[in-house]
Amino acid sequence: MSTETLFRRIADYASRADPYPLYAELREHGAVRQDDGSYLVGTYDEIAALLHDPRISSDRRRRTVPDALGPGQDDVPPAFIGLDDPEHDRLRRLAMRPFGPPHSPGRVDALRGEITRIAGELADGFADGKRIDVVDDFAYPLPVTVICRLLGVPSEDEPRFRTWSDSIVAGFDATPDEDPEQRLRSATEARRAMALYLGELAESRRGHPTGDMLSALVNDEGPEGSLNPIELMTTSVLLLIAGHETTVNLITNGVLTLLRHPDALARLRDDPALMPQAVEELLRYEPPVQMLPQRTPLADIEVSGVTIPQGAPLILVLASGNRDPLRFAEPDRFDITRPDNQHLGFGSGIHSCFGAPLARLETQIALTTLLPRLGDLRLVEDPPPYRTNQVLRGPRHLLVEAAG
Amino acid sequence: MPAEPRSDGRIVIVGASLAGLRAAETLRDEGFRGELTLVGEEPHPPYDRPPLTKQVLLGRVRADDVGLPRRRAVEAHWKLGVRASGLDPDGKKVLLANGEHLPFDRLLIATGTRARPWPDADAARLDGVFTVRTRDDASRLAERFDAGPRRVLVIGAGFTGSEIASVCRERGIEVTVAERGPAPLVGALGGALGTFAARLQRAHGVDLRCGVTVTALKGDGGRLTGAEFSDGSRIDADVAVIALGAVRNTEWLADSGLAAGPRGVACDAGCRAFDMYGIVTDDIFVAGDVARFPHPLFEYQMLSLEHWGNAVAQAEVAAHNMISAGPHRRPHLAVPVFWSSQFGLNIKSVGVPTFSDQVVLAQGSPEEGRLVAVYGYRGRVTAAVSVNRAKWLEHYRRMIETAAPFPPGPGAADGPEPAAPVPSDVPDPKVLSHGPTVALTGHLPDRRLTLVRPGG
Ligand SMILES: Cc1cc2nc3c(=O)[nH]c(=O)nc-3n(C[C@H](O)[C@H](O)[C@H](O)COP(=O)(O)OP(=O)(O)OC[C@H]3O[C@@H](n4cnc5c(N)ncnc54)[C@H](O)[C@@H]3O)c2cc1C
Ligand code: HEM
Repeated sequence: MSTETLFRRIADYASRADPYPLYAELREHGAVRQDDGSYLVGTYDEIAALLHDPRISSDRRRRTVPDALGPGQDDVPPAFIGLDDPEHDRLRRLAMRPFGPPHSPGRVDALRGEITRIAGELADGFADGKRIDVVDDFAYPLPVTVICRLLGVPSEDEPRFRTWSDSIVAGFDATPDEDPEQRLRSATEARRAMALYLGELAESRRGHPTGDMLSALVNDEGPEGSLNPIELMTTSVLLLIAGHETTVNLITNGVLTLLRHPDALARLRDDPALMPQAVEELLRYEPPVQMLPQRTPLADIEVSGVTIPQGAPLILVLASGNRDPLRFAEPDRFDITRPDNQHLGFGSGIHSCFGAPLARLETQIALTTLLPRLGDLRLVEDPPPYRTNQVLRGPRHLLVEAAG
Repeated sequence: MPAEPRSDGRIVIVGASLAGLRAAETLRDEGFRGELTLVGEEPHPPYDRPPLTKQVLLGRVRADDVGLPRRRAVEAHWKLGVRASGLDPDGKKVLLANGEHLPFDRLLIATGTRARPWPDADAARLDGVFTVRTRDDASRLAERFDAGPRRVLVIGAGFTGSEIASVCRERGIEVTVAERGPAPLVGALGGALGTFAARLQRAHGVDLRCGVTVTALKGDGGRLTGAEFSDGSRIDADVAVIALGAVRNTEWLADSGLAAGPRGVACDAGCRAFDMYGIVTDDIFVAGDVARFPHPLFEYQMLSLEHWGNAVAQAEVAAHNMISAGPHRRPHLAVPVFWSSQFGLNIKSVGVPTFSDQVVLAQGSPEEGRLVAVYGYRGRVTAAVSVNRAKWLEHYRRMIETAAPFPPGPGAADGPEPAAPVPSDVPDPKVLSHGPTVALTGHLPDRRLTLVRPGG
């Protein structure tokens, strides 16, 4: 089949459960042009090089070739994930002040106890002998509760976020054939509603800090000042969405992958100290962020002998780079003790995942909590039903029941 | 026929610091089962030097808390607090200062460097005169800083001197920096960034004096009181830190027949030492600051680096090659990387900035305090230096490895208005007070280069 339609084939829902053969086809060809003028790259070295190339923009407003997501959506400017240096750098550092080193080095680690407690409570809620949906009963509530606590969002408002978040993420879902207008309109509305809510919440903390990140972001003044009200809104929306939509898939993929690989599960149960390595391997083998769809070259750039023109949509398929045999020996093997595992699961370069330490900690604790039970469970359906989204890919439900 | 593994026998490592430790760990990791001995002149187990002129002098970390993290157990005999005084290559023995002889099958030389002392030995003994190479040095100087000196004089504005000046300002201590060259850091980074560094130091209240030398350190009753400069001026100071660069610890090899001299011990890309005729040995290896090795990316010139990352990478290659035969050996080709933190900035370089004729600003700007400068030699990229922009260096490392054309094309998202490259103005080391932390020392492995004696 033509490589010009590769992206459409990847986006096709029928490929969701196993896109990896299509990624292998992508790697055969290096960089491939799609019939809509966008480009896909799926080999490890090329992706890593592009992620460090200062001529590759993350700002979709710099595209000259329209993409499936339509023109830059609305009046709200992008959050720092969609900006370039120096703006990106300034905002990321301001957001980092209450979250990580050098200013708040202990922030994430201090959550360990609370994450363990929440995970324990959720797991205790699994009724004996009944079917469990790993997504709804465990993998979704855990990171959502944690990110809400961290930011300072009251838990009674959490359901509103789920609705907003669902619409926003559907907006990234760059399925090319479908008419995206309606989807984009509701994404824009949801983003605006969430931004207003978070902006008001943060305002109410001005002068009355309550120890959470929103309070710190409105009240703390660093040497470089602080976020203005619009930046505060876009940044907190970004943190909430990122905290909502990614870790859930890593935890779910973890359960699914371990149930599919009983040898790895047995090894982990014997030696839970292998968990951090196992989580890294999961990030390589089943990464929740399959691709980065919003890069644009600011000059003509040559990749694997193909010239990608300035302004063209450029899609970096991280999940394909993670299975590149030129970088990883036996890439399709799930090996929890894989040495030298520098996967692309958290991206790389200046936009590399801001929340990685938190995501790692949550997933390590979540899977460690479930370990003692996993041996007695089996998958009800394999493959499970997936979400439609091919960028943030993961099961919509993961039903498991007692093995009998 | 597959090469015979060399995982038995006796290995001696002389120099029990960063390179020595990482080599020992790699040997065990890769299956060496024989007898392993580490000899170190310092009484302490291996520790990390970069924090000495940063966190330790700032008083944030104690000098005895900088031990190097262990990657694994090494099961070795540690002979600490004893100096190797000679090498008998025929009898394959290391001679120790305590009279002991250590026989070996394979030897790793990792004796690093020491601080170049103040040339006037009497003045160097004055109370208040310091160098910083070891944790004991740093601990004594930190104590002196705690006591609140009235003025510190730093002689030499290379990385070490500049970091010490930065610590002084951060602690609110008055500091004068004397540098014979035209600006701080020029020996490592060339003229353009030297100018930036000079402005930075002055903006932080450093009394920076370039183009002068310190002609005398003055004392009274055994205590330092001040210094005189070549321009006739003088200052009062109760502490002087000598930061004139490093001297390679090769004296113990003087009669060994190896190509060892003031510029280090010459070795091939596989870390095997050369003898004085330029013939490669097969059982003596070199790694870390003491090594002088050819690098293909820099026209096979011999390089001497004083870089933490190089010590680690080279130690790993040396260890691997010590226990692998022929076709299984690996070359040490890593692109040099160096970092420094001073005056609130993180400065990092890849490649060899002194191997250049031109430099261009590629990203950011000096005004922002964030930038990437790219260096080229005869039309290809040979180095890049970032200020608070380290995450981009990976890109330039690739350009160096692929000999990408210089200057790099436009299009960086945070690129300045396109500007023409300017000369990189790398001075002759002779005109500097601080020794360069990278030295290109020509092509010949057997040349016992004469010492360039700067400053003073
Ligand atoms: C203050 C300071 C700050 C630094 N900051 C940075 C930085 O920011 N970034 C960076 O990249 N690099 C930095 N460096 C350089 C880095 O620390 C060195 O590259 C590294 O220590 C080299 O390791 P090595 O093992 O080769 O040599 P060394 O660390 O010099 O160790 C050699 C050891 O051998 C011992 N020895 C010498 N002669 C004998 C003998 N005859 N017998 C027995 N033992 C002997 C010595 O006592 C010493 O312990 C800094 C260095 C210093 C001193
Ligand atoms: C397993 C879970 C997660 C995965 C797989 C993941 C993956 C990624 C990836 C691949 C990127 C790079 C995006 C790009 O280059 O365009 C990224 C960026 C980002 N992530 Fe995550 N993420 C996870 C969890 C989190 C969490 C919990 C948070 C919030 C606390 C978070 C916050 C962010 C932010 C703010 C960015 C933008 C960084 C920037 O642009 O500088 N992520 N993430």
